[in-house]
Amino acid sequence: MATVCEVKEEHIIEVKNFSFTYAGADKPNLKKINMPIGKNAVTALIGPSGCGKTTLLRCFNRMHDLYPGNRYDGEILLDGKNILGKKEDLIALRTRVGMIFQKPTPFPMSIFDNVAYGLRLQGIKSKSELEGRVETALKDSALWNEVGDRLKNPASALSGGQQQRLCIARAIAVEPEVLLFDEPTSALDPISTQSIEELVLKLKDKVTIAIVTHNMQQAARISDYTAFMYMGDLIEMGVTEELFITPKEDMTEQYITGKFG
Amino acid sequence: MTRQDRRVLTDKIITALSFIASFIGIAALFWILGVLFYKGFTALNLHTFIYDMAPPGRAESGLRNALVGQLILVAGASLIGVPVGVLAGTYLSEYGGRNGKLAKLVRDISDIMMSTPSIVIGAFVYAIVVAPMGHFSGWAGIIALAIMMIPIVLRTTDDMLQLVPGSLREAAVALGAPKYKMIIQVVYRGAKSGLVTGILLSIARIAGETAPLLFTSFSNNFFSTDLNKPIASLTVTMFNYATSPYEDWIDMGWSAALILALFVLGANITARFLIRKKKGEK
Ligand SMILES: Nc1ncnc2c1ncn2[C@@H]1O[C@H](COP(=O)(O)OP(=O)(O)O)[C@@H](O)[C@H]1O
Ligand SMILES: [Mg+2]
Repeated sequence: MATVCEVKEEHIIEVKNFSFTYAGADKPNLKKINMPIGKNAVTALIGPSGCGKTTLLRCFNRMHDLYPGNRYDGEILLDGKNILGKKEDLIALRTRVGMIFQKPTPFPMSIFDNVAYGLRLQGIKSKSELEGRVETALKDSALWNEVGDRLKNPASALSGGQQQRLCIARAIAVEPEVLLFDEPTSALDPISTQSIEELVLKLKDKVTIAIVTHNMQQAARISDYTAFMYMGDLIEMGVTEELFITPKEDMTEQYITGKFG
Repeated sequence: MTRQDRRVLTDKIITALSFIASFIGIAALFWILGVLFYKGFTALNLHTFIYDMAPPGRAESGLRNALVGQLILVAGASLIGVPVGVLAGTYLSEYGGRNGKLAKLVRDISDIMMSTPSIVIGAFVYAIVVAPMGHFSGWAGIIALAIMMIPIVLRTTDDMLQLVPGSLREAAVALGAPKYKMIIQVVYRGAKSGLVTGILLSIARIAGETAPLLFTSFSNNFFSTDLNKPIASLTVTMFNYATSPYEDWIDMGWSAALILALFVLGANITARFLIRKKKGEK
């Protein structure tokens, strides 16, 4: 059994006895995971490559449903309601739980249309409302100063770091409750990385954040809670400072001191 | 002679041979284009576009009806072939499970269809459309050309959509896009120039076909836009005129050939331009 700390914030997500199996896998890729995610906190998922961080993150917005044959067992409660039901409205779920990917994924359209994409999906047509919310999202993602005067330009012309912040703007424009980040800075230079980290810290006032990172310093810098995973198991979840200074599990200690992974 | 010498010599011979081979290829192309332009322009004038086909020896003789017929046939075939091809290609790339059994089967069949001699398709449409109707018709021609077009559009659509990174699809879905919106708004847009290129190439391909039209739309000496009747086309007219014994008809056959070649060349060049632009974007 994993050691899981007390999470004092309201538990916006509660993972309960949760297992996940990829199509064709003969044993579960995630095994009986139990963990809470605190509201308006940053929770980091760390662990060696292949331990299941991405897999777990993609359960929270049921991204795995895009491909046939994957199996969820157990429960993931969002605001107390299980999201793993067969009848779950996935479109509604994904507007509540947004996602930022490892590589920036700007759509082949203008900067404005990128940020407005999710809003238009929700049926917002009013030009003034779209413009207002696009501006807010770009300001909240610290991009407005750089692109405010060229919203009609193609998003592909932006730098990698700007593209990633654009994707963040696009995700927060629809005002999700939770944002999932899957190694959002692994393709970026140190300066862009820093701006994304600052952004994450700023955003947590408005949304709950779960972030996968293979960079332990990053987890230490930006997260409130850190969960250490190993081979599909959650080994330990703790308040970030405590986990890095006084880990309770031997395996966590070995990992953070660089003995493996 | 040392081994080194021999290798150098072999290398020189191969270089020379491949140079000569490519020279022959290019020379043939320019020869064809040269003759085509030279002969095509002798009879090409305003009359070509304002008068219909006429018996040999007449001054008021042109290709208007064949030009219009050709446009109708190509446009009609495109109206059927492009949507069917694009939708089928979309199924293969987005819905069929990329490696699904049915998707594989459809890909194989369309490859076979692409390499089927066009005259076989003409004969097939003759059997299923012309024979039951009892006469040649524009519809039959359109169907024959559309059948040729579908596999080309289908395969290029399939290939081009598969080039769109999966991460873009996931990003759209992660924002709450239903699958069909994700495909139309993000995937199609990402593959736009590739899709248009495939469509243009398929149009260029069918525009030059004669054999399937001989059995289907046949030809018509008069101006007609009635698809229930035989309809003239540049290719069939070219075939008829060029094989006739009359000098002025033969010259007009060259004009038809020139117009057709310019159209196909134009479509190809536009397609290449789009491909280059797409590469430049990356
Ligand atoms: N699409 C997939 N199908 C089958 N197995 C997968 C798939 N994606 C990942 N896996 C497996 O699941 C495990 C966890 O992978 P992942 O969550 O990507 O690890 P991490 O993000 O921690 O590096 C690995 O063993 C990996 O091989
Ligand atoms: Mg990962």
